[in-house]
Amino acid sequence: MTNLSNLYRQVIMDHYRNPRNKGITNAPNYVKCHLKNPSCGDMIDVESLVEDGIIKDIHHDGQGCSICCASASIMSEVIKGMKVDDAKYLIDNYLKMVSNQEYDQNVDFDELQVFDGVKDLPARVRCASISSQALLNTLKKEDETDA
Amino acid sequence: MKELFPVYSKNKDLVYLDSAASSLKPKAVIDAINDYYLNYSVNIERGVYKLALDATKRVEESRENIAKFINANPEEVIFTRGASNSLNMVALMLKRILHEGDEVIVSELEHHSSFLPWLDVKREKNIKLVFVPLTKEGKITVENFKSVLSSKTKAVCLTHVSNVLGYKTDVKEIVKLAHEVGAIVSIDGAQAIPHERVDVKELDVDFYSFSFHKMCGPTGLGILYGKKKILNSLDPVEFGGEMNDEVSKDSVTYKALPYKFETGTIPIAEIFGANATIDFLNEIGMDYIGKRGLELRNMALKELLKLKEIEVYNGSEESSVIAFNIKGVHSHDLVTALAEENVAVRAGHHCAEPLHRFLGLSATTRASFYFYNDECDVSKFIDAVKKTISFFKEVHYID
Repeated sequence: MTNLSNLYRQVIMDHYRNPRNKGITNAPNYVKCHLKNPSCGDMIDVESLVEDGIIKDIHHDGQGCSICCASASIMSEVIKGMKVDDAKYLIDNYLKMVSNQEYDQNVDFDELQVFDGVKDLPARVRCASISSQALLNTLKKEDETDA
Repeated sequence: MKELFPVYSKNKDLVYLDSAASSLKPKAVIDAINDYYLNYSVNIERGVYKLALDATKRVEESRENIAKFINANPEEVIFTRGASNSLNMVALMLKRILHEGDEVIVSELEHHSSFLPWLDVKREKNIKLVFVPLTKEGKITVENFKSVLSSKTKAVCLTHVSNVLGYKTDVKEIVKLAHEVGAIVSIDGAQAIPHERVDVKELDVDFYSFSFHKMCGPTGLGILYGKKKILNSLDPVEFGGEMNDEVSKDSVTYKALPYKFETGTIPIAEIFGANATIDFLNEIGMDYIGKRGLELRNMALKELLKLKEIEVYNGSEESSVIAFNIKGVHSHDLVTALAEENVAVRAGHHCAEPLHRFLGLSATTRASFYFYNDECDVSKFIDAVKKTISFFKEVHYID
C-alpha cells in the first residue's frame, strides 16, 4: 500500500480525529460556502472572516472521508492569519499540486504539503480539494461584497 | 467462466466486485456489437436496400428475444437509453393523467432514477408523494405498503431489489393490492433482472424498467416494458423521426406500439448486443447465475463477520451485495485502500441519498458479486480487507 502510505500519514489522522477550527458560527460578519461532492456524498461548509485584507478566522464543518476532513482542518490552520491575496495564491497552487498539474514549487504549503500524495490517487483529488475550493469561494464572495 | 470476459485477459489481478454498478461484458456480446459495425453499419427502418432490411430484421429478432426472456409480447418492449430513461418516461407519461391531490407511492429505498422523476411531477402537478414506511432495517413490506395504499393512490413506483442493501420487494403481492384500488404499478428492475428470471406476466406489473449493462449487456440500452393496454392509452413523451405516422403543419398521428415510444435512430449496435446478451444469459442459466452470486456473497459475508472491525448493514438478506464499512473508517478511505489491492468495490450513497439519511449513514461500501466471480476473488477480497484494517491501525486511523 505504497501510494497510501505516502498520504495516510500521522498528520492527516491527527487532524481527522482531532479537527481544528471545526464548527460553523453563521455569524453575519463571516462569509460562508457550502460545497458537496455529489458522487460520494461528502459535504462541507467553510466560513471565513476577513478584516483589512487579512483572514482573521476560518471555520469548517461537514461530513466526509479522512482526506476531506483533515484537509479542511489543516487548511484552516495554515491559512488563518494570511493576507487574502497570499491565501488565494497558495490555494490556487495547492489545487494544482493535488491534481498533478504544474505549480509554483516556491510556495510554502506548510502542513498542507502532505496532500502531495493525492496526486497518485486521482480518484481522491476532489476529497483533498473541496474545502480549499470552498474557502476560495468565500474569499471571492468577500471580494464581490467589497466591490 | 472468467475466460468468457475479455477484460480479465488484460487485468488478470482484477477482483471485480462492482457488478451492481455495471457488469462485465462477455466476448459474445462484444462480437455482436462489432458485427453490426463491421457488417451492417446502416440505419434501420428507413432503407429499402438489403443491408437496411437485414439490420431491421436483426433488431426485431432482438426485441423478440428480450420479450420472450421477460415473458412479454414484442410490442410491449420499448428500447430506451437505460433504466433511468425508462423510469423518466413512465413518470412523464403518467404525469398527463394525474391531477392535483392524486397520490403516488414511492419509497426511501429508491435509486434517484426511480424517485427524482416523481419529485418533478409533484412540483408540476401538485400531486402527493407517499413514502412506504420502511422497516428499521430499511425493507419494504407488504404490510407497510398496505398502510399507505388508498383510493387516492394512482401510481406505485418501487424498486424490485434495492441497489444498496439488496432487499427484495414482494412485487407480486404489491401489484395485486395496488390493482385493487386501480393504481398503475411501475417497477425499477435494474438490480433484480441481472440475478433472477423476471416474468412480467406473473408479476402482473404495468411497467418494468431495466438496463442491459448490469446484465452482461451493452451500455446505453435499456428496456421499458409496458402492458399493451396501458401503452396504447398513453401518448409518447419524446417526438421526432420514426415514431410518427402522418405529419401535417398542425397535427400528427403516431405509429403503433412499440414504435410510437421510440424516437430517432435507436442504439442499433447495442440492440444487436442485447440479442447476444439474452442468448448468453439463457445459456449460462438464470438459476445458476442467481445461485452462484449469492453463494459467493455468502462466502465473503461469513468471513467478513468474523472480523470485529467490520459492520455489515444487510447481513440477513439473501442477495448478492454486501453493504459494509470498517467501524470508524469512512467508506471512501476503505475503497481507496482496497483499490490499491486491485479490489474494485464502490463507496458513497450509491445514488440513494434518502436511504442513507434513513439509515443515518453518510456513506456505505458496497461489494457486489456476480456469477463470473470465484472463490479466489472472495479470498483476495477478504485478504485486502484484513490488510486495510491493519494499515489503518498502523497509521492510527482506528485503534
